[in-house]
Amino acid sequence: MARNKDGMVLLIDVSPSMHKALPEIEKVCSMLVEKKLIYNKYDEVGVVLFGTEDTENELTTEVGGYEHVVVLQNIKVVDGHLVETLQQLPRGTHEVLDAIIVGLDMLIKKYGETYKGKKRLCLITNAQFPTKFPQEGTKEEQVTTIAGHMNKHGMRMESIIVRGKLTGEADKNIMDENDHLLGIFSRKTCAKLVHVESPTSLLGALRTRKISPVTIFRGDLELSPKMKIKVWVYKKTSEEKFPTLKKYSEKAPPTDRFATHEVKVDFEYKSVEDPSKVVPPDQRIKGYRYGPQVIPISSAEWDAVKFKPEKSVKLLGFSDAKNIMRHYYMKDVNIFIPEPGNTRAILAVSALARAMKDMNKVAIMRCVWRQGQGNVVVGVLTPNVSDNDNIPDSFYFNVLPFAEDVREFQFPSFSNFPESWQPSEQQQEAADGLVKMLDLAPPGKEEALLPSLTPNPVLERFYRHLELKSRQPDAVVPPLDETLRTITEPDKELVSQKKSIIDVFRSRFELKENPKLKKSSRRFLRDKPSGSKEGEDHLSITDGPNKVEKIGDTIPVQDFEAMISRRDSPKWVGKAIKDMKNKIHDLVEDSYEGDNYSKALECLIALRKGCILEQEPKEFNDFLCNLCKFCEEKALGSFCGFLASKELTLIPKREAIDSEVTDDEAKSFLVKSEPKLEAMIE
Amino acid sequence: MEMEIDPDDLFRDDDDDADNELFQGRESTKDLVVYLVDASPKMFSTTCPSGDDKDETHFHVAVSCIAQCLKTQIINNAYDEVAICFFNTREKWNLQDLNGVYVFNVAEQEYLDRPTARLIKEIDSVEESFMSKIGSQYGIVSGSRENSLYNALWVAQALLRKGSSKTAEKRVLLFTNEDNPFGNITGVIKTDMMRTTLQRARDAQDLGISIELLPLSRPDSDFNVSTFYSDLLGLKSDDLARFMPAAGEKLEDMKDQLRKKMFKKRLVRKITFSIANGLSIQLNSYALIRPTLPGAITWLDSVTNRPLKAERSFICADTGALVQESAKRFQPYKSENIKFSVEELSEIKRFSAGHLRLLGFKPLNCLKEFHNLRPSTFVFPTDEELIGSTSIFIALHRSMLRLNRFAVAFYGSSSRPQLVALVAQDEIISAGGQVEPPGMHMICLPYSEDIRNTEELHTGSNDAPPHANDEQIRKAAALIKRFDLKDFSVFQFANPALQRHYAVLQALALEEEEIPETQDETVPDEEGMSRPTFVSALEEFKLSVYGDNCDEENAVGNGKESETSKKRKAVADNAVKECANYDWGGLADNGKLKDMTVTQLKYYLTANNLPLAGKKEALISRILTHLGK
Repeated sequence: MARNKDGMVLLIDVSPSMHKALPEIEKVCSMLVEKKLIYNKYDEVGVVLFGTEDTENELTTEVGGYEHVVVLQNIKVVDGHLVETLQQLPRGTHEVLDAIIVGLDMLIKKYGETYKGKKRLCLITNAQFPTKFPQEGTKEEQVTTIAGHMNKHGMRMESIIVRGKLTGEADKNIMDENDHLLGIFSRKTCAKLVHVESPTSLLGALRTRKISPVTIFRGDLELSPKMKIKVWVYKKTSEEKFPTLKKYSEKAPPTDRFATHEVKVDFEYKSVEDPSKVVPPDQRIKGYRYGPQVIPISSAEWDAVKFKPEKSVKLLGFSDAKNIMRHYYMKDVNIFIPEPGNTRAILAVSALARAMKDMNKVAIMRCVWRQGQGNVVVGVLTPNVSDNDNIPDSFYFNVLPFAEDVREFQFPSFSNFPESWQPSEQQQEAADGLVKMLDLAPPGKEEALLPSLTPNPVLERFYRHLELKSRQPDAVVPPLDETLRTITEPDKELVSQKKSIIDVFRSRFELKENPKLKKSSRRFLRDKPSGSKEGEDHLSITDGPNKVEKIGDTIPVQDFEAMISRRDSPKWVGKAIKDMKNKIHDLVEDSYEGDNYSKALECLIALRKGCILEQEPKEFNDFLCNLCKFCEEKALGSFCGFLASKELTLIPKREAIDSEVTDDEAKSFLVKSEPKLEAMIE
Repeated sequence: MEMEIDPDDLFRDDDDDADNELFQGRESTKDLVVYLVDASPKMFSTTCPSGDDKDETHFHVAVSCIAQCLKTQIINNAYDEVAICFFNTREKWNLQDLNGVYVFNVAEQEYLDRPTARLIKEIDSVEESFMSKIGSQYGIVSGSRENSLYNALWVAQALLRKGSSKTAEKRVLLFTNEDNPFGNITGVIKTDMMRTTLQRARDAQDLGISIELLPLSRPDSDFNVSTFYSDLLGLKSDDLARFMPAAGEKLEDMKDQLRKKMFKKRLVRKITFSIANGLSIQLNSYALIRPTLPGAITWLDSVTNRPLKAERSFICADTGALVQESAKRFQPYKSENIKFSVEELSEIKRFSAGHLRLLGFKPLNCLKEFHNLRPSTFVFPTDEELIGSTSIFIALHRSMLRLNRFAVAFYGSSSRPQLVALVAQDEIISAGGQVEPPGMHMICLPYSEDIRNTEELHTGSNDAPPHANDEQIRKAAALIKRFDLKDFSVFQFANPALQRHYAVLQALALEEEEIPETQDETVPDEEGMSRPTFVSALEEFKLSVYGDNCDEENAVGNGKESETSKKRKAVADNAVKECANYDWGGLADNGKLKDMTVTQLKYYLTANNLPLAGKKEALISRILTHLGK
């Protein structure tokens, strides 16, 4: 595989204005190396920092200049040490922007002109500070010269420009000049330029895993038998799967250093009727179900009769884009690009794509990508008009369903629902507000959670955990960090900015549990968070389904427990205690011949527990005292007796440090009150 | 899995709760269906126009609809059980020995049984012998107390006695073109007969059997549901207007409707959708679009044709010992094996267990054509557990439609926690009924790792690629206009591979000599393409982009491609040359092939255009086979 090894130099800006972004840069760069260690372990990586206190690079010794640029690591094969180095980048002290040439020089010196593998420069900076004027010519000429060098050596450059809330204030003129200069790279060379404004998109901006693109199809797109366009078809999206880990066998003795620890899976086919009879693989025949019957067909027989379409990609016709609804797209997406270098194909695709875009049309296609493919694919081409002069126009291709794939279930019309379900004008207004204001793509700002810049939190978590475990084998799965949480949870900043709109929305709608539902399936309002794991513990505090706002009649204890454990606002503890007190009071007061007593007791026990947990013993103790007094006054003394018989006590200091009640006082409280009661009755 | 039996659930009475009618999404394991077909003379004498200008009898329409349905059912829901029952027949055939009702049956099958190839074949040809074997005769006439409709419902109910209503959905689909079945009689007898018939229907419904009507309209008069059937079906007045689609209903619509009725909604999952600060509503999700694949393979013993079962065993690669399925996995990393427990891995993948969490909204144009990975999932609100869910959902749905926005949410599914787009879909209704249900479609968004910048692959040469000029775009536009698929509907094509697959299976199952031809509807419209208007638009477009000299095809290839193909050719040429250096026949005869290197063996394979894959033994045996040894 060595011939496929790629070389890359990371150029990282560590100047003071970048410090805020560095933690994310450390993560994304170490992830890049982590993935290389698994998938491309012969690749080579070098690291150049700029903005550092020190100066350490070959150019400065050779020709002078290039100050505050440090070669942190020369280009060499990736290793675990590099991951660690990248996880603790030094913070710099200067603002410079002269590292591209150092990186270029490293790649040229290392690989020369003839090296076959891919060579890549990756620049991460905020480009906020001025570049130095070259000794001769303009800055633009200098950049053009550098770009020329890069082209000559077949290098690619990727620039990630960090902006927005990730960096501090900066001079707009300088930023514009730098953007202009970097723009020259992307026009003159194979350079990619991405601006990122949030930590999440910084994580997603760098391609951390190299995938060699493979065409699915090369050949003619037939408009008709009379006109064909040469196209290549690639995948545009394809899911990066969670790695498939191998099964681990512990059988090998620990002393065996060469043990693979792998587990092989062996299949044996046995007769269903007689499990002792093993049938050799070549004596098997495939059977297909047709209703209750299983019909045996040998592969040869099947090949003779099966559907065998010819390899071809044919146009069926054009249609209005609105005929193809978005939810009919079936799979990952392909892209049709005109055959590279074929001007006529590029023009034909461009003309069709632009006309389709203007007319809001799509093309319906019938595709058989390979000879021998057992089915046809019907799909839709949508225009992808390029706004970059370097990139030809192309088409996206989405697979559409066949008649058999669509299940036409009937659903009630919203207008047929009862009047009480129809939102009122006010409610509709609140919904409009929410939809408008909880905006992830505000004008003039970076679109939040742009798919192209949003990393997969599961993969992030896996590779980080893998690296951690390589150093600490017994490490537990770490919770999601702040940055990744903005992918799985609402952005706290956005939510607090729009709090008033959210509150209006909340207050205008009422949700209640269906009282006709049996208890066992009531899971929505009261799900106990106890079963939830790490990560969700946090979630259940700020969010989650158990949002109780009042203590109801049916299950007051659960309501109380849910409310008192709410952490979205400190007011809930107090409200829960207060509401529960009222509830108990009502229960006792409304009871007829003690019929509510046991329910009231349950509530008291819950309240007692809650008050201990929340360190509010006084709340409970005072309430119990008052309650007993109340009972005595209202001739409900039997309740106090009932409580005494159930051994309910005040909360003593032993159970809650803030309590002013001793153990003895707690125990004797109700007992003591009884004689008093008798006295009164007498 | 453990069976959970909830006593509450067993005794819960659904029917006292009107709201519950809206929640018929509850999953049942299979359908038991009785197709009840009116075979009265009127069904044979009334015709309706079919697609190819031929008239077809209503009876034919009904029977061919059923045959179509069975073909789908046998593929998709092979565990459903069906019975076909004719009424208003001359002969009778049913367990109750009632007049005018004939239960259609095939050999070795129960009356209500899983559909088989034989049943489909026989129902397909039932019309040929219908008159002689079963006969058509209207069963409700004055002067007789016979009531064929009553009898038919009774027989259907008896057929559906099998199976508990907990695990099976029981349905009667009634095909008729007679909206006034008691029109021939009058007076007390009529009222009495109507009453008993309605009672019969109600009894069946009380037993959990749903009765659905597939009415066929006569050309001269529409089927009037309110004459009799609305009472039998229990339709309320506002349902009535919606029940019968517009007059002059086409056959296609009829088939369409039947197909829609055939598939009972199956709920996939209940989802909690948390909107903001702890406000959560309840949604049900449905899979409206999923690829239908040929059924799974069952391995058989080719000698006995009896089924086989696969037994998996795990073997330690180091010691060869048999091991239990291990709970540990490993990933080689930095020349070490990093071990993970299965629980640890699932914990890494676990986010907000099953919840759908709203993150915000974006304009619809932020949802790009390439933001797709898999089929979408449909969500619809339910107040079953949380009253108020539907109201909130409707409000958001309306706002999203009006403001042209979609919601971005995080869905913590256990298989793949995912960012999703929720796209509101307004209800679309046509003459044939609901085309698009109202609700939201949940579209799985790719992550940055899943998106490839393929467009940029081939950039880098100094000459920028051309973009089309206005003239060329105009010519393309003219071509597009000439080739417009006016009424294109996304699911108008049957999958030709699947159709072929099942045609083959059906033919083999019935031991037919010939496999019936299946039509591939996906081939381009050659006829339309030869229309002069299209041809001239195409010629003009071609001229404008390809230029005069447009005997294009093999012209101007790409440098890169020809380089690789050149290389491939060089390898092949070299292989032929090298291959000639050995006496393969002799080597094979002397068993010397195994002493050769894989590279040497591959010379032979390359030179003879044989596959190169496999281990050395496989290569040798391939060479031996090719040599005929």
